Amino acid sequence: MKIIVAGDGKVGLALTRQLLREGHDLVTIDSNPQVLHMSLDQYDVMTLEGNAAAMETLREAGVEEAELLIAATSADETNILCCLTGRILNPNLHTIARVRNPDYKEQLFSMREQLGLSMTINPELSAAHEIFRLLQFPSFLRRETFAKGRVEIVELKVFEDGKLNGVRLSELYKIAKVKVLVCAVSRGGEVEIPNGDYQLQTGDHIYVTARAANLSQLLKNLGIGMSYVNRALLVGGSRLCFYLAERLLRAGVQVKIIEKNETRARYLAEILPKADVVQGDGSSQEVLESEGLRRADALVTLTDMDEENIVISMYGSAAGVKKVITKANRLEYSHMFEDMGVGTVISPKALCSNNVVRYVRAMQNQKGSVLALHRIADDRAETLEFLVDDTVPWRGVPLKDVPVKKGILISCITRRGDTVIPDGASSFESGDTVIVVTTCESPIMQLQDIFEE
Amino acid sequence: MNIRLVGRMVSSILFVTEVFMIPSLILCCIDGDHDVAMAFLASMAVISLIAGVLFWFGRKREAHFSARDGFVTVALAWVCISLLGGLPFYFSSEIPSYVDAVFEIVSGFTTTGASVLPDVESLSRGVLYWRSFSHWLGGMGILVFTLAVVPANKNSGGTLYLMRAESPGPSVGKLTPRIRQTAMILYGLYILLTVLCVAFLLAGGMPLFDSVCTAFGTAGTGGFGIKNDSMGSYSPYLQNVCTVFMLLFGINFNVYYLLLIRKFAAAFKDEEVRLYLFFFAAATGLITWNIRPLMQSWGESLHHAAFQVSSIMTTTGFSTTNFDLWPSFSKAILLVLMVLGACAGSTGGGIKTVRMLLLLKELRYNVQRTLRPRTVRAIHVNGHVVDNEVIKGVNSYMAAYWILMFGSILLISLDEFPLESNLSAVFACFNNIGPGLGVVGPMSNYDCYSDFSKIVLTVDMLLGRLEIFPLLALFSRDTWSKKL
Repeated sequence: MKIIVAGDGKVGLALTRQLLREGHDLVTIDSNPQVLHMSLDQYDVMTLEGNAAAMETLREAGVEEAELLIAATSADETNILCCLTGRILNPNLHTIARVRNPDYKEQLFSMREQLGLSMTINPELSAAHEIFRLLQFPSFLRRETFAKGRVEIVELKVFEDGKLNGVRLSELYKIAKVKVLVCAVSRGGEVEIPNGDYQLQTGDHIYVTARAANLSQLLKNLGIGMSYVNRALLVGGSRLCFYLAERLLRAGVQVKIIEKNETRARYLAEILPKADVVQGDGSSQEVLESEGLRRADALVTLTDMDEENIVISMYGSAAGVKKVITKANRLEYSHMFEDMGVGTVISPKALCSNNVVRYVRAMQNQKGSVLALHRIADDRAETLEFLVDDTVPWRGVPLKDVPVKKGILISCITRRGDTVIPDGASSFESGDTVIVVTTCESPIMQLQDIFEE
Repeated sequence: MNIRLVGRMVSSILFVTEVFMIPSLILCCIDGDHDVAMAFLASMAVISLIAGVLFWFGRKREAHFSARDGFVTVALAWVCISLLGGLPFYFSSEIPSYVDAVFEIVSGFTTTGASVLPDVESLSRGVLYWRSFSHWLGGMGILVFTLAVVPANKNSGGTLYLMRAESPGPSVGKLTPRIRQTAMILYGLYILLTVLCVAFLLAGGMPLFDSVCTAFGTAGTGGFGIKNDSMGSYSPYLQNVCTVFMLLFGINFNVYYLLLIRKFAAAFKDEEVRLYLFFFAAATGLITWNIRPLMQSWGESLHHAAFQVSSIMTTTGFSTTNFDLWPSFSKAILLVLMVLGACAGSTGGGIKTVRMLLLLKELRYNVQRTLRPRTVRAIHVNGHVVDNEVIKGVNSYMAAYWILMFGSILLISLDEFPLESNLSAVFACFNNIGPGLGVVGPMSNYDCYSDFSKIVLTVDMLLGRLEIFPLLALFSRDTWSKKL
């Protein structure tokens, strides 16, 4: 599929890398020739220098033959104009715009048709949403939702003194006492899909499929215990911080924000009257300690500098903060951070590129389309939700007889609002949705792809 | 440097080369030339062995691919096919000296068409075919071919370096987002034009084998003939077909792509092609007038002038008559055309018309600046601003070009031939034309030069085909140093 990516910044590059891996043809537009040179040297794309919102540039990029236009330049207005222009040049074009300014929220909702937008992405907003959900259940390192929020895949770490240490997966039910399925295990950087004989070890990161309603029960039975976040300390007053603080405050959590820039701090105090805003350098130990770091239930580091976030998070963990979340936009080094006590690493740009990829895969196949796509275990495994239709083979056959490719697992089946964590005897029918976990290299475009030929 | 990955790529290029020897092998078997067939088999065995060793060497490669790796891959691949591609000639004793065999095949791959053979017609058909086919493969580039056929890995970043290093011209770009698709389009157009050329030659009554070999020579703008008098003994119709097709293959292939996607306005307004056609018309006109006294009629004069200008300008090097006997003025024009060459992105050699265009524009700008020092102006080509880096690249290319050419002239002057011959021999080899003037004129060959001079000229041909820098990179200390 031919895709035009306008804006070759951080999000643009993440999209480029991801969409290339999925086998699409990309044209990248940017006004800065230097970043284009870098892209051209590094990736197999075509580049075009110019103003992405100009008709001439879009026409030169071949918008008439393109199927999708993703506008991810730094300016919201440019992105909207770019999509609008693209849609006028090619009425069949799908368009995705990155719009970050909350001022446009209403317009985007009511004028979506007129603006020619198929979808808008707001990396900060989705990141805020993700962080908020993690703070709801601080024991989970990560949560991904499926089936309209009924099913979740959560990440847990196996601790030496925890109940999970040394357990065989076939005996998991005896401990957990709720129906759950371990769909992937990350051990020493390798990710695999385990079978019943698999024995858990200290340090494993496990990915568990469970019904959302069972999550608190699961934690209780595993002896991890429910903890709640009542006091959250947010370092760095970025846009993401605003979105997150707004949600946390609404949920009744006490929020303290540390922001270095005086004007910004003042602005945050104006728009978030219920939050405590502190003007100070969040990377200074003195400031953190005096603002009550040790009393906080959660520390979220959201400054613009990845390095600063990592250092602050490490300090927070060392100071005994139970839940630490770090924002990092450069994920190249993320596997090194894992055991350094930076807690969960959230990358707004990776989240948003996942959203786009899901949209693209859904575009490619109208039927049996991908309902949800999440990447787990540092992008080494994918979880996808599919709708089963009449073209899917093996309907009604018990799963133990279905020839599924190696490295793929069906981890959940939802039928008319009812969620089943499947075993060998379960089967899926037309109209169900299934959640598939894969560690395969090649992308799964449709449900049919998971079966052996 | 990622030397293991380079090794793996060179090995795949050697395998590709080997596959292309198969048609020659079949021809030998049909003709019953068992000695030559054995020579091809032996060469293929040697190539397999070396390619296999390189393949094994590349088993633990890293994925990262840098600009340096691209340049070294292209240069090494060309050196390897040069040293190994000549083996059939040597093993079959059709060219008994190894230096001569390498000279001949380098002349083929670089689309030069300079030969050391006094009697081409005595060669077996398999060898003749391989000689001509090397033009076709070298014309568009063997790495570009490999890019088109070898399935790209998912990201395939960095492959553009390969294309940049192998395709001629100051700024090589892609036609489509995927490099593989670009390479396929280029080869598609190339094959289409070649087939058309064969068809036109067949229509003029040329035998199939001759047509195919001549078309290969024309398409790659190479110029190996399969007759001792090059194109002289063919009918005027066939010669005219060649005139037209040589001219066509000297045009930037991007222009054909523009025609293919129906962007006619952009194609016909291409400044490089316009300048190229202007040079062709002007040179033809002047030579027609200048050689009129030697010919029977204006028509014949025009016919030979057009053929020769087309042949020299596109750096093909076919000849219909012995232009060494023409007046000095005509020979001087041909000498200028040798340097000028064809368009960038074509199969021709020389410094390329677009570089000339940029140099002329820059010269005008600089003259203007001396008179009005505050003038600011950007250089435009086809409505786009030319990046300063490109201009700088052209300037340093020109510097390297003249230094290496005059260095070579100095070296081969040791053989005590007249200056005109030495000058034209280096011009003809460096710019991938083939025949020069004097002792290396169209009716003679390069056999008279010593082995040392032949090696110098062989290196010149490679330098000219790869546009100097990849080959220089191979000998740069920076390339091999283990420093960070």
